[in-house]
Amino acid sequence: MITGVDVGQPQTQAIRSDEDVVRVRQLVRTVAVAVRLSLVDQTKLVTAASELARNTLVYGGGGSVEVNTVDNGLRRGVRIVFADSGPGIVDLDLALTDGYTTGGGLGLGLSGARRLVDEFDIWTAVGEGTRITVTKWSR
Amino acid sequence: MALSAEESGRLAGLLTSHADRVMSRWVEVAAGSLRGRLSQAELRRQVEDLHRSMVGTAEHGPLHLDGEHAAELRAVLADLSRGRARQGFSATETATSIFALKDVLLEVMEADAGESTLRDYVAYSRLVDQMGLFTFETYVRTRESLIADQAEQLLELSTPVVKLWEGVVAVPLVGTLDSARAQVVMERLLQTLVDTSSPYAIIDITGVPAVDTQVAQHILKTVVAARLMGADCIISGIRPQIAQTIVALGIEFGDIATKASLADALRHVLRLTGVETARRQPRRDR
Repeated sequence: MITGVDVGQPQTQAIRSDEDVVRVRQLVRTVAVAVRLSLVDQTKLVTAASELARNTLVYGGGGSVEVNTVDNGLRRGVRIVFADSGPGIVDLDLALTDGYTTGGGLGLGLSGARRLVDEFDIWTAVGEGTRITVTKWSR
Repeated sequence: MALSAEESGRLAGLLTSHADRVMSRWVEVAAGSLRGRLSQAELRRQVEDLHRSMVGTAEHGPLHLDGEHAAELRAVLADLSRGRARQGFSATETATSIFALKDVLLEVMEADAGESTLRDYVAYSRLVDQMGLFTFETYVRTRESLIADQAEQLLELSTPVVKLWEGVVAVPLVGTLDSARAQVVMERLLQTLVDTSSPYAIIDITGVPAVDTQVAQHILKTVVAARLMGADCIISGIRPQIAQTIVALGIEFGDIATKASLADALRHVLRLTGVETARRQPRRDR
């Protein structure tokens, strides 16, 4: 489910290397501070962005991220879209299960990121890629 | 792409017969793009070096920048480029100093244009392009090596292992904990544990802005490795926002002791080792 409308210019960042994951974190933190998310929400969103950006890099073979400010009339928030044209996710339910990993990690990145944000939308098609949209609203 | 022997000869002649004019105009044009950030004398010296090595190379026969006898010219160009890169000039500003020669050559050649002028100018222009690209490449390489050096220094700097107490060492982590740094941290910590025969290690993450699953995994691996060596690890510096994020992510630290601050962790270890900490009794006569 995606609600609210984008306001302002989206900022994009390519994800091609580990350094780009760091840049994504910094970009998300800057926008989160501008929208006045609380420190806890900032940290949660930055951590979720870090997980998803790394997934885009490791499993999606690289891609891009788009960060924008959103408004639903009552509150402001940050929306981040991660997109890659990698192999896609074969079994989404399994991928969203805590502890399931194909890459030797803890298996909490995708499922954990979903718990860290307010809105989480995932589109994936095998052989076409994956697109994840997350939103965190200010309180 | 090489200049023919005749073209090289004519270039050498042109540069020699108009030496003063070429150099002073070259300095003028190049200075324009540097906006006074390099002294006239310094720029003059660089231009003179370039001029001298170009004449020297051109007199030698067919001028080819990759050729053997162009080694000096390449060295001068590389020198200029490295210097500029270290002084903080942009790549464009660096290459423009070379491309400035085109304007100068055009002015000089226009004055006494002959039959072969256009053909010569195109050939010289191509040579200047090559020289410019060469400085560009050297510039990029210099910057890359500077960055690599800095990254290495940063890696060295940012992972100290300090001895807090007899048998207690601490690793204050600051910044992003990527795989390379995590590896360095683990190696340093394990080595220090052996060197100081410390049974306790405190990993302080106060300076880590976000703990994601990768960071957590690195920390967990370090703790397990330290345990294998008989040392107990305590993780300290877990701030409220980090704690809440870790819970939401679902990361479990199991039976690893965690504390909010480094002081708490030290107190915890001291208590475990039987060291009593007490405030001194205030003296009566004060």
